[in-house]
Amino acid sequence: MSKVNRVLILGGGPGGTMVANHLARRLRGRIEAGALEVIQLTASPWHTYQPGFLFMAFGEAPLSRFQREQASLLVPGVKLVVDPAEQIDAKGSRVITQNGAIYAYDYLVIATGSYPDPTRVPGMAEGAHGFYTAEDAVRLRDALRRFEGGRIVLTVDVPHKCPVAPLEMVFTLDRYFRSLGRRDGVEVVYTYPIGRLHSLPPVSEWAAAEFERRGIVAETFFNVQRLDPESRKVFSLEGSEYDYDLLISVAPHRGARVISDSGLGDEQGFVATDRYTLQAAGYDNIYVVGDATNLPVSKAGSTAHYEAEVAAENIAAALEGQPPSHRYDGKVFCFIEAGGEEGSYIEFSYTRPPRPARASPMLHQFKLAYNELYWLSARGLL
Amino acid sequence: MAIDKATAGQADSLNGAQVKPDRVVDARGSFCPGPLMELIKTIKAQPVGTVVELWSSDRGSSKDVPEWIKKAGHDLLYVLEEGDHWRIGVRKAR
Repeated sequence: MSKVNRVLILGGGPGGTMVANHLARRLRGRIEAGALEVIQLTASPWHTYQPGFLFMAFGEAPLSRFQREQASLLVPGVKLVVDPAEQIDAKGSRVITQNGAIYAYDYLVIATGSYPDPTRVPGMAEGAHGFYTAEDAVRLRDALRRFEGGRIVLTVDVPHKCPVAPLEMVFTLDRYFRSLGRRDGVEVVYTYPIGRLHSLPPVSEWAAAEFERRGIVAETFFNVQRLDPESRKVFSLEGSEYDYDLLISVAPHRGARVISDSGLGDEQGFVATDRYTLQAAGYDNIYVVGDATNLPVSKAGSTAHYEAEVAAENIAAALEGQPPSHRYDGKVFCFIEAGGEEGSYIEFSYTRPPRPARASPMLHQFKLAYNELYWLSARGLL
Repeated sequence: MAIDKATAGQADSLNGAQVKPDRVVDARGSFCPGPLMELIKTIKAQPVGTVVELWSSDRGSSKDVPEWIKKAGHDLLYVLEEGDHWRIGVRKAR
């Protein structure tokens, strides 16, 4: 009997799910013939659409609106195992799970994402709110409902996912308090690590005009050094400080613990990845997609989406004895919500500079529609 | 090749040819989060004294990266133009 090939996918977010579905569709014949196994290891039976957290923080929808059962998103042929990887033995081409199961693999896809870690900044875990996890979004929602006025400061650490979310947060704060008739009693302060309001100059210019119009205060070159939760002060390493009544932080992100524990990551747990082939440095049979890479591209669902297609195609080619057929060009696509009735989007790659689309109500409506369409993307249909 | 000698915090005249970086950050083709964010991310994780070299294909980096290095109190070592990209050397000082 000929050998059964196995592709093992670590992670149940957009990247891992799209790779799994793409492979199972592309190689359906092999799977049905018993020559190939596509196995996905995840930490949870639920799949969460993370852009929903911003909506949750303002009480616009509950978590259930942004979750589906992972099993319901997979095409036939993908085996789902809710038992996350605890150790990756890259040299031995095998993975040990939390429950102690051992999976040998021919090809491994690392799609283990990233998570915000406020414990990296003194005072942040005790003194700050966040909106990058479901729990944090609910806690912030309750704090905003109780907020009686004063200064709200937003801080941003690097690295972090969804680089446009901090802007969306302050625009939505502005709209939220206006809608409650309480905007006059609230000062919104936006801080940012670099010398402008966003990495992308066109987005930064657009945001600056919006800040002016809405009365949002901004400070650039602000990298958080520490918080003092007692006196409610935040200090930057560049030497400035703010008093705050409510602090919302985008905490520094780290790669999944399994990456660091397996010796595959840099200091922050991100995997050195070839920017074009998406192979892990030193391992031809390991592909990395989404937030888990160390690539200088946005950590965002769309990045994972485009990378997933490339990784899946190249694994399929390899299984058929062919050289890699696709190359990742650094493509990213992001919607930008202006916290009102208009939306925009931006698209760029390693070689194509970004040009934001003219904001329009239709793009805002399309973003709302995409919140539902996402489930088709996850299934690999869109 | 243009060489701008560092003036921020360094008395010795170092240039790219004489300093060997401990870490290279290849941020060529990075629009978002962008080269400076990549540098901040790396430098934060390194011990004091580490020399990091940033590669950027964005002309703006030759201006905004040194500006941040000065504000953050690190040492700018060199800015070298390499045809289609810049190499910027920085020593973590605090």
